[in-house]
Amino acid sequence: MIELYESQRAMRNMRKAAMQRGVIAILDVGTSKIACLVLRFDGAERMDESQGVGSMAGQSGFRVIGAATTRSRGVRFGEIVSMAEAERAIRTAVQAAQKMAQIRVDHVIACFSGAGPRSYGLDGSVEVNGTEVTEQDIARVLSACDVPNFGEGREVLHAQPVNFALDHRSGLIDPRGQVGHTLSTDMHMLTVDAQAVQNLAQCVKRCDLELAGIANSAYVSGISGLVEDEQELGAACVDIGGGTTSVSIFLKKHMIYADTVRMGGDHITGDISLGFQVPIATAERIKSFYGGLFATGRDDSEMIQIGGDTGDWEHDRREISRAELIGIMRPRVDEILEEVRARLDAAGFEHLPSQQIVLTGGSSLIPGLDGLASRILGQQVRLGRPMRVHGLPQAATSAGFAASVGLCLFAAHPQDEWWDFEIPMDRYPARSLKRAVQWFRDNW
Amino acid sequence: MQPVSAPKKADPAPSRWAYRFERLMLTPLFRLTLRVALPFAVTFGGATLWFADQDRRDDFNLMVYDLRSSVVQREEFMVKLMAVDGATDGVAEDIREVLPLDFPVSSFDLDLDRMRETIVGLDAVQSAQVRIRSGGVLQIDVVERVPVVVWRGRSELELIDREGVLVRPIGSRLDYPHLPVMAGAGADLHVEEAMTLISSLGPLMDRFRGLERIGERRWDVVLDRSQRIMLPETGAVRALERVIAMDRAVEMLDRDVVAVDMRLPQRPTLRITDGAVKELWRIRAIEVGDNK
Repeated sequence: MIELYESQRAMRNMRKAAMQRGVIAILDVGTSKIACLVLRFDGAERMDESQGVGSMAGQSGFRVIGAATTRSRGVRFGEIVSMAEAERAIRTAVQAAQKMAQIRVDHVIACFSGAGPRSYGLDGSVEVNGTEVTEQDIARVLSACDVPNFGEGREVLHAQPVNFALDHRSGLIDPRGQVGHTLSTDMHMLTVDAQAVQNLAQCVKRCDLELAGIANSAYVSGISGLVEDEQELGAACVDIGGGTTSVSIFLKKHMIYADTVRMGGDHITGDISLGFQVPIATAERIKSFYGGLFATGRDDSEMIQIGGDTGDWEHDRREISRAELIGIMRPRVDEILEEVRARLDAAGFEHLPSQQIVLTGGSSLIPGLDGLASRILGQQVRLGRPMRVHGLPQAATSAGFAASVGLCLFAAHPQDEWWDFEIPMDRYPARSLKRAVQWFRDNW
Repeated sequence: MQPVSAPKKADPAPSRWAYRFERLMLTPLFRLTLRVALPFAVTFGGATLWFADQDRRDDFNLMVYDLRSSVVQREEFMVKLMAVDGATDGVAEDIREVLPLDFPVSSFDLDLDRMRETIVGLDAVQSAQVRIRSGGVLQIDVVERVPVVVWRGRSELELIDREGVLVRPIGSRLDYPHLPVMAGAGADLHVEEAMTLISSLGPLMDRFRGLERIGERRWDVVLDRSQRIMLPETGAVRALERVIAMDRAVEMLDRDVVAVDMRLPQRPTLRITDGAVKELWRIRAIEVGDNK
């Protein structure tokens, strides 16, 4: 397992180095847009972990000094399908953000939504060496988790211990120093398609940037979209993006499930384009300006010019009513939400103590979505906006930037993952100096 | 009408080289180099190259010299003569001798501090002020040392001022009859005390011949008829006053006394001449009645 995490550890070290230098870039590679934020870490007011989330929600340490968005190209379903196109789009976004920040960034933390994320729940348990739980015991219990066979060509993106139990006491956040016999842990592991990750890494590398971290956008939009009590009591964040809809479930401030529905706003646009025989750009404009999900009597009389430039007068003068538009959009949104419902059911969402559902992402701005979602997903539905961070431009505060903002928070306060804990002693090479030191410590 | 071929939409993405160039320009060190180091290097290198040629260097030096002299040699800065005030003729001559200046000279070329030190270095000068007065006059104000005593040193006669500093050597005592004389090694270090003694001589002044420093620690007052008043190391003035008082009372010094020894102040001792001793014995013998 250790070989698998070498790159993750390297990325973590690189992120630390970038934080020391004070500037890091955030790259949200989406299907419809690519957003780049440049963060500056002041280093001051670093939060104390033990105090939980404070008044500033742990974002007092950094500031957004550059932000840029560009239309995404070469990305479908949250995966890069055309390297050259995607590289140019990333270059555009990064350059504009750098220009705004007036500083060069070398390190990038990226997130993407596609690549078929799959969640696994792992558990492991070991006998504690001695009486107190030490770092080594945690390392051992983490390595004792039996990893399922997640298949060839997949890679672990997140592996977070979500719970520790000591003997019969469960729900421990930090068991170090506690006295007990049997230490067991639950871990959430998220695997994605390795090729998609490699493509993204390659793309970032071709932009002369270094990848300092990588995250799943379902996870990061959950971080920014859910408020603290929702994360604590159990909630699902549904990030309806352009090409994909990401679902993540949080409980006790840990993500316990994530999945992706490979449908999103682009499919609605495609339906409109197909239904009214208009170009994609026109369809997108109509969707944004006139889109809705609940038709009223008035919508029958509200006519929308859909235009065209064929030269045929009849064709170019076409009009549709808003009710027609709603009639096309609604089934697709229904379908997406049904899919989400299915994923939540599969994850056992109904067993959580609280079943709050937060809709975010660019497509959650469709009017009436919350009403429709509450019919399909349950009563506790709200629309979420990303929380405010320092220096974020007004243009980047809409629900479409939930993943970007979440990635900022993730960069500032990364959660401990498997590879951040100590490596158990017996995994070290036999002649390691660290092992010798450990032996001395154990025997004296 | 619609265009036959729609104009190709410009790609908003920067080319790879444009992107790299912009990143380079945003690098702080590179920008600093471009803004500071590069202009400095260009200027410095250009100047170095230009001055690498000997002829150009000479030309440049000549130009600088010409420029300087055109300012320095202006009429307003020229000093034409030197005025020495407060010095006697001999000292003024000495000053003119130690300051070899050929007028007119520019005031930029005069080092007034050095000149002042040179002048003060003369024996007869106590202090001096050197300045350039308007009108191109080098004004030297001198305060001379005032000789207060003639000191007979080991080899020659010297004039000494109140601070014990040599004013000048003299050939003959008779050139300065109004000054008192003192002698003995180390006397020049205690001129002040000597002057106090002389001023408290009072009625003995007309018999006073000189002071002598004995053993570099105490004074002898020498009167005419080779009489000496030997004073102690400390409290010399007081001892002298006692001697004067005794003289007044019994006219002691008018008698046949060689020396009044006050070295032990509580026990003044008289040394009398040989004849006087014999006379004293004779008188004693008469008093005792031994008339052989």
